[in-house]
Amino acid sequence: MSVSDLSGLNAERATPGARVREVHDSFHGDLLEVSMGPHHPSTHGVFRMIVTLDGETIVKLKPVFGYLHRNHEKLGETVTYLGSMPYTDRLDYLSSMTNNWAYALAVEKLAGQAVPERAEYVRVILAELTRLLNHTCLAGFLMQDCGCSGTPLMYAFREREYILDLFESLSGSRMMCNYQRFGGCRVDPSADWLAGAQKLTDRYGTFLDEFETLLTGNEIIMARTQGVGKLSPELAISAGVTGPMLRATGVNYDLRKVDAYGVYPRFDFRVPLGDHGDVYDRYMIRVLEMRESIKILQQALAGLPAGPIMDPKAKLRSFRPKAGEAYGRIEGPKGEIGFYLLSDGSPNPYRYRIRPPSFINLTVLEDMCLGHTVADAVIILGSVDIVLGEVDR
Amino acid sequence: MFKRDPEDCPLSQEVTPPPPSVTETERDELRRQGILLTSLQELYTWGNSHSVWPLNFGLACCAIEMIAASMAKFDIARFGSEVFRPSPRQADLLIVSGTVTKKMAPQVIRLWNQMPEPKYCIAMGACAISGGPFKQGYNVLKGIDRFIPVDIYIPGCPPRPEALLHGLVQLQKKIQGFKLTGPDAPRHLRDDQPCNCPVPEFGEHDLEPPANPAVWTAPPAIVRKD
Repeated sequence: MSVSDLSGLNAERATPGARVREVHDSFHGDLLEVSMGPHHPSTHGVFRMIVTLDGETIVKLKPVFGYLHRNHEKLGETVTYLGSMPYTDRLDYLSSMTNNWAYALAVEKLAGQAVPERAEYVRVILAELTRLLNHTCLAGFLMQDCGCSGTPLMYAFREREYILDLFESLSGSRMMCNYQRFGGCRVDPSADWLAGAQKLTDRYGTFLDEFETLLTGNEIIMARTQGVGKLSPELAISAGVTGPMLRATGVNYDLRKVDAYGVYPRFDFRVPLGDHGDVYDRYMIRVLEMRESIKILQQALAGLPAGPIMDPKAKLRSFRPKAGEAYGRIEGPKGEIGFYLLSDGSPNPYRYRIRPPSFINLTVLEDMCLGHTVADAVIILGSVDIVLGEVDR
Repeated sequence: MFKRDPEDCPLSQEVTPPPPSVTETERDELRRQGILLTSLQELYTWGNSHSVWPLNFGLACCAIEMIAASMAKFDIARFGSEVFRPSPRQADLLIVSGTVTKKMAPQVIRLWNQMPEPKYCIAMGACAISGGPFKQGYNVLKGIDRFIPVDIYIPGCPPRPEALLHGLVQLQKKIQGFKLTGPDAPRHLRDDQPCNCPVPEFGEHDLEPPANPAVWTAPPAIVRKD
């Protein structure tokens, strides 16, 4: 049987799941379309990509969204301003504190609400703890995707529990903290809590050393991740990519420096930048950012002023801002998380729009994956750091 | 031996178990002497209940707590369920961990149908039970129990890992109470109960059918007397 006969046989066998599209030539064979997801252990939730393969090489990748579309923005228009706060926890459910802060910042801008200094410091402490939590978990999940099954993720989740214990003792909930309010924070952290945060900050560097000894210089991981999923700075900027993904390409853009929101200008920290924009750089950027977060935490815990945690004039119930619009954004662990609010003077926002960092970072997925194998696409997706609650909203 | 003719033994007929020939104290005494007395039913449910392999399937926020339950601090391996299988063909337990949207519901039910019997389902979190905080949304399913039979409900948003472990222990107790024969036999040992659920399609306005009448009926409407 000749080769041309075989390709005819393949065309007959075509099924909807794996369709044979076109015949290139007798040597290269046919393109294969494979649907990965929505149930796939590597896709970090219910994300689906339809990849077209030439052999094992990806020639086309089409993402399919919407499997976790929970009507977040529509619900935001039907509840009060304060009522949206618990929903923001469930956007990026690994880092609820930064979501809370971004939303509180947008409402404070809308209402012209001042925030006491102590609350600003507490917000910085919580945001940096969230960054530690998110980046640690991301590194664990990325290594899981690389095939180091179990161990790095176990280490990451062990540290996550220590941070979640702090969150729980402060806000009452492990993951869905619902802690920030317009004009401050909900409860004042006690001296015990601050001592616990200080203890965690002091020993987190030791954990990072241990983690890096395992992973950073590991030859297998370097071979697996270096040069994979390269992203050029030009494409990253034009696609609106933010956060560690953008900085891994070498673009110096960190909202903590650019916007200088909160009390960040008072702290001495550096913004780590990458050279190559590949998966390894994205991993390294996160590790280096964690080191800088520890520096910020040390300074914020040392300089935490006394005073009220809430602005006494702040209104939470029957809160009606004047008609107008506001956009509040902060540097979340995944990138620029922003909330756009349009008020018509009623207790509910007229329009409530979220700028989700992981959704916009995901738009360059195809450009990064072309020419790589399916196994590489899995770790490229892992290095983007998506959370589907935020992608689909 | 588990198959039987439904006409031969109708479900309405009550099967009274014979009185136990050996009491619990006698059995404990024998166990201390190194003699294990058991019945096939006890052996079967004991083995079943302590090796429940969950499907490695996360939907939303609760999935993170499900992963946390399998990690070092909570360690679901103590209960024999650490083997998260990526393929539904190898899994016994579907943990619906998170919001089920109308786009995702057909896939969840398809996964359920692909799992071999005996299979169990845990609805983890408020969203899987009833839609939770997103119940008012136009795209959110108001409870996965409208389509597939749910064994254990775990409330919380999200439930703590301890709550998941507690739910798993409750499921183990439920499995240990199974009878191999008679009207109390579980679904997979009965001929008259289907293993698969119909997969809904996304129709013009909503999922069609909007519920599976075999497992869910709408609660009666509250009518005021006056």
